[in-house]
Amino acid sequence: MDWPALALSLELAAWTTLILIPTGVLIGRRLARRHSTAKSLVEALIALPLVLPPTVLGFYLLVAFSGTSPLGQVYETLVGRPLVFSFQGLLLASLIFNLPFAVQPIQRAFEALPGDMQEAAWCCGMTRWRTFVTIEFPLVWTGVLSAMVLTFAHTLGEFGVVLMVGGNIPGETQTIAISIYDRVQALQERQAALMSAILLAFSFATISFIYIINNRSRRRRDY
Amino acid sequence: MITDDSVGLQVRLQQAAPIRLDAGFHCAPGELIVLVGPSGSGKSTILRCIAGLSTAKKGLVRFNDTSWLDTDLGVHLPPQKRSVGMVFQHYALFPHLSALDNITVTLSEATKSQREQHARELLDLVNLQGLESRRPSELSGGQQQRVALARSLARDPDVLLLDEPFSAVDQVTRRKLQRELARLRQKLEMPIILVTHDLDEACMLADRMCVLHRGESLQTDSPESMMSHPDSDLVARLVGLTNLFSGEVMEHRSEAQVTLLRWGNYSLECRYRPEIQPGDTVNWIVPTQHVILHRRERPSRGERENPVKGVIRDYVVLGGDVSITMFVDDNPDLPLTLSLSSHVAQRNFLAIGEHISVSLLADGIHIMPEAQ
Repeated sequence: MDWPALALSLELAAWTTLILIPTGVLIGRRLARRHSTAKSLVEALIALPLVLPPTVLGFYLLVAFSGTSPLGQVYETLVGRPLVFSFQGLLLASLIFNLPFAVQPIQRAFEALPGDMQEAAWCCGMTRWRTFVTIEFPLVWTGVLSAMVLTFAHTLGEFGVVLMVGGNIPGETQTIAISIYDRVQALQERQAALMSAILLAFSFATISFIYIINNRSRRRRDY
Repeated sequence: MITDDSVGLQVRLQQAAPIRLDAGFHCAPGELIVLVGPSGSGKSTILRCIAGLSTAKKGLVRFNDTSWLDTDLGVHLPPQKRSVGMVFQHYALFPHLSALDNITVTLSEATKSQREQHARELLDLVNLQGLESRRPSELSGGQQQRVALARSLARDPDVLLLDEPFSAVDQVTRRKLQRELARLRQKLEMPIILVTHDLDEACMLADRMCVLHRGESLQTDSPESMMSHPDSDLVARLVGLTNLFSGEVMEHRSEAQVTLLRWGNYSLECRYRPEIQPGDTVNWIVPTQHVILHRRERPSRGERENPVKGVIRDYVVLGGDVSITMFVDDNPDLPLTLSLSSHVAQRNFLAIGEHISVSLLADGIHIMPEAQ
């Protein structure tokens, strides 16, 4: 068992989830209320990682993060080391390829809220923040939870983009998914099987958890 | 009732798009104005503009001496600062909160027990004792409406806005809730604006009705006045008046205080309207209750008042009443409708094809200058 790779994967997933969920709430809530062509374009952009081959996305991110790109240059000037093949680069890539997993469940949850409920809260004198905390969030939390679990689980399992952007540096960018690939290449099938089983069990547990929570919530609240 | 326009709610809204608005009215404290009009006439938009949920391009919404909206001065208060209570068409209750918490969440008292006490008083006010802990999904439509009404009153608002509050419940519940609102409003001192497309409901509840058409307020008046003296043929149509015709003013007789109107082959005596020039073409109405059937067996003196003859061409029983349409002089272009109780219709052997004569009461004939 490659414990450093598992620890790195968990750390990457935790940071990705921590950063992406508030972002997902902001974007998802806003998209749920908009009706315009621009909204469709933004939705398409966010959904791109779902349909693009990971190597294609990884390639573009590799180019964008490289030392010759404006972003890579700025990062290197500020931090003193390159963005590509670093944990920070991996995290940035992870934030991008996980966007649809964080935004879409939250957006759907906000879309399911009746539009006049927010207005009713305002007419009751509630500020926008209080409306969000007291009325909206308790009604969309299952969507937020789904987004959290999906983002975390998907980060653990991502392979193509991680390999392209992070390379395969043990302790820095080698995640468990890449470690499994390495073990298979080195014909260490027992270790590959063990790690695969752990990822499979974790993925099944998280997806089951989402379905259970959503179904319970749906049964409890009928509106 | 206070009639000073500076006291109460003053509304004036204008815009060309996206929804045309050209509406204005004043609602005094304790007064209930009903906005009526067909779908798309701007009723709900006006209500939303008062609440601050929508903004008109140009306009003024003022309560007493406080401007909530004044586009000339750049004033536009958000809904939270307008002191309105609003009941939404589908109530917009918070589904994750109990009936009690739907109200306490809007209250600002310092302690939880004070908030709960206040909320219980409001639920008592709308006859909803014992259901405090139920969530909206566990309440009937009528009970949800009562929670919404209690919630709208929670902050002791300056203005109460009701957006088709009875449209989502069945007919029996609707009648019950209407009676309760009529009773409750006697205790309320704020201006109340109610939106509905139900004319019966409007007539039953309104102190005054404001008739809207394509965003324009055409007439604001008491239901009785609106139904007997509409300002125009359009208003008459919008409030569902039948017996709307056009005619020509013949002459004014000041000594008898009557105006003579030519209608088909008839010369009708009407209320004295000297401001209309003889020769002018006008629209006129006669409400069905002012069309009096001549008893076929026992003629009376009243038959001298604007007698008109015709043939019954439609006969519809509506509960205990009968709606009869006769073609005056058997002319399909002159359909005149009258309403009778069933037993009167039966006693006079009325049926389709029968010849009858009626009187059009002069006091009931209302002349409207033809639209330019």
